[in-house]
Amino acid sequence: MAVKQISIFVENKEGKLVTITDAIAKAGIDIRAMSVADTQDFGIFRLIVTDPEKAREALESSGCFVSITNVVGVSIPDEPGSLAKVVSILARYNINIEYMYAFITISKKFASVVLRVADNEAAEKILVENGIKLLEEKDIAAM
Amino acid sequence: MENKYFQPEAETMPVEEIKKLQDEKLVKQIRYVYDNVKYYRDLMDKKGVKPEDIKGTEDLCKLPFLKKDDLREAYPYGLLATDLKDCVRIHSTSGTTGKRVVAFYTQNDIDMWEECCARAIVAAGGSSDDVCQVCYGYGLFTGGSGLHGGSHKVGCLTLPMSSGNTDRQIQFMMDLGSTFLCCTPSYASYLGENLKEKGYSPEDNKLKAGIFGAEPWTEEMRRDIEKALGIKAYDIYGLTELSGPGVAYECSEQSGMHINEDHFIAEIIDPDTGEVLPLGSKGELVFTALDKEAFPMIRYRTRDICVLSREKCSCGRTFVKMTKPMGRSDDMMIIRGVNVFPSQIETVLLNNGYAPNYQIILDRVNNSDTFDINVEMGTEDFPDSPKIITAKEKKLQDAMKAMLGINPKIHLVAPKTIPRSEGKAVRLIDKRRRYGITI
Repeated sequence: MAVKQISIFVENKEGKLVTITDAIAKAGIDIRAMSVADTQDFGIFRLIVTDPEKAREALESSGCFVSITNVVGVSIPDEPGSLAKVVSILARYNINIEYMYAFITISKKFASVVLRVADNEAAEKILVENGIKLLEEKDIAAM
Repeated sequence: MENKYFQPEAETMPVEEIKKLQDEKLVKQIRYVYDNVKYYRDLMDKKGVKPEDIKGTEDLCKLPFLKKDDLREAYPYGLLATDLKDCVRIHSTSGTTGKRVVAFYTQNDIDMWEECCARAIVAAGGSSDDVCQVCYGYGLFTGGSGLHGGSHKVGCLTLPMSSGNTDRQIQFMMDLGSTFLCCTPSYASYLGENLKEKGYSPEDNKLKAGIFGAEPWTEEMRRDIEKALGIKAYDIYGLTELSGPGVAYECSEQSGMHINEDHFIAEIIDPDTGEVLPLGSKGELVFTALDKEAFPMIRYRTRDICVLSREKCSCGRTFVKMTKPMGRSDDMMIIRGVNVFPSQIETVLLNNGYAPNYQIILDRVNNSDTFDINVEMGTEDFPDSPKIITAKEKKLQDAMKAMLGINPKIHLVAPKTIPRSEGKAVRLIDKRRRYGITI
């Protein structure tokens, strides 16, 4: 069920982001969401894209260091309290969120949230049982 | 009472007499080593040299060299010439590929070594009137014990501080009126800066001189230290294999280090061919210890590149002088006074599941060495968390610290990002060279 996230290891050097964004653009891939985690020395650039496997190939052939991580994606109504509901469900079941980021698409009344947790399956099961809609790869491609 | 020399009869001995003394001692020492050290006897037999072939220093070139590899191979007891019950102490160098060099000392060996250090202290103006603060590390490292022993022999009031705890160093320096300082040059600089930060000017301390060694330093650093502490700064040279610091030391001229030739014969060789080069040539320094009982060293290759000269010295000492080491004939690095070989770093990487694709970056910031290692990650997926990557860096750093004795800063980098020359990663970028530091 999980959504595939592309992670790119980026040294803090000039021009690195250009290489990454160029590679994705040339492969004709759309970026749906992104987030950056950084330290003094390096950053991890995380992307949700329309075609993760193709993105990986394009990035690797441009010399990027890439890994694919499975993350939990949920689709929630774009209204106050929706995110709080998801987070409190996970908290109730003692599931830690390592990081998360959200994105909205223009045409729909839904927001999407990407969650990184230790056990995807457990989190997904709990979310579904509590009435939260999960995102799938095909949903992202179709956005 | 200030003396010019600690042992004038040796230090000012006419050159012909030094030669005669070396001839006599060498003949005896070679017989002693041949009879007591199987490892070296085998080397001599292999080369077809017998003790009776050695009639004086002219015959030195017939003898086989000892290298660091021999010391590793013979670890720990293979080069020991006495019974362990006759030994009173062990010292050790920072290790290579997991095996350190351990050196053994009889009481006579310790006395010889400490006398050499005492000569260095007196040559730098030290006397029994001095309060001598020793902030070299004590322990297996020879720096602390050597200068400590020398300080005792001179009769200084000895302050055995060991390294570190700068606040306490400064407190004791000021409260107890230290007049003489022994430490690494980078620590001397660091003390200078700290004194300044605490609002002391160079005139506020009672220091008059210091002996600084165990790591490469430049004339520029000497001037900085002299200015910051208001002292005269002297160089000292030595190796654990030969005893420790004090094999050679600077005098008031501050222009090269006198080698204690009554205890050591120095040769300069071509590092590639092993051929002995004439006086004044630049080459690898080789030492033969003439008096060592427990751990004799015959034609030990130091891998240090330098020049010897025997011009008359204004201090009155007749011992030959060596320049500061100008480089190494192997790949050893000296970082913060510690000997580091690339092979050690490779061992740690392999033991921790990394390929040996790394790059060492050395620099000097505020007169202290910085030591960074970039290490390529494997091509398998990397952990999607800075926390985990940082934890992996820390783990590798701890393993390096355990092997090397000093802490590098580890940076994990993406695979195949370290520049390669002929397919091999460029291993070392030594930015310290721009300050004239050559090792």
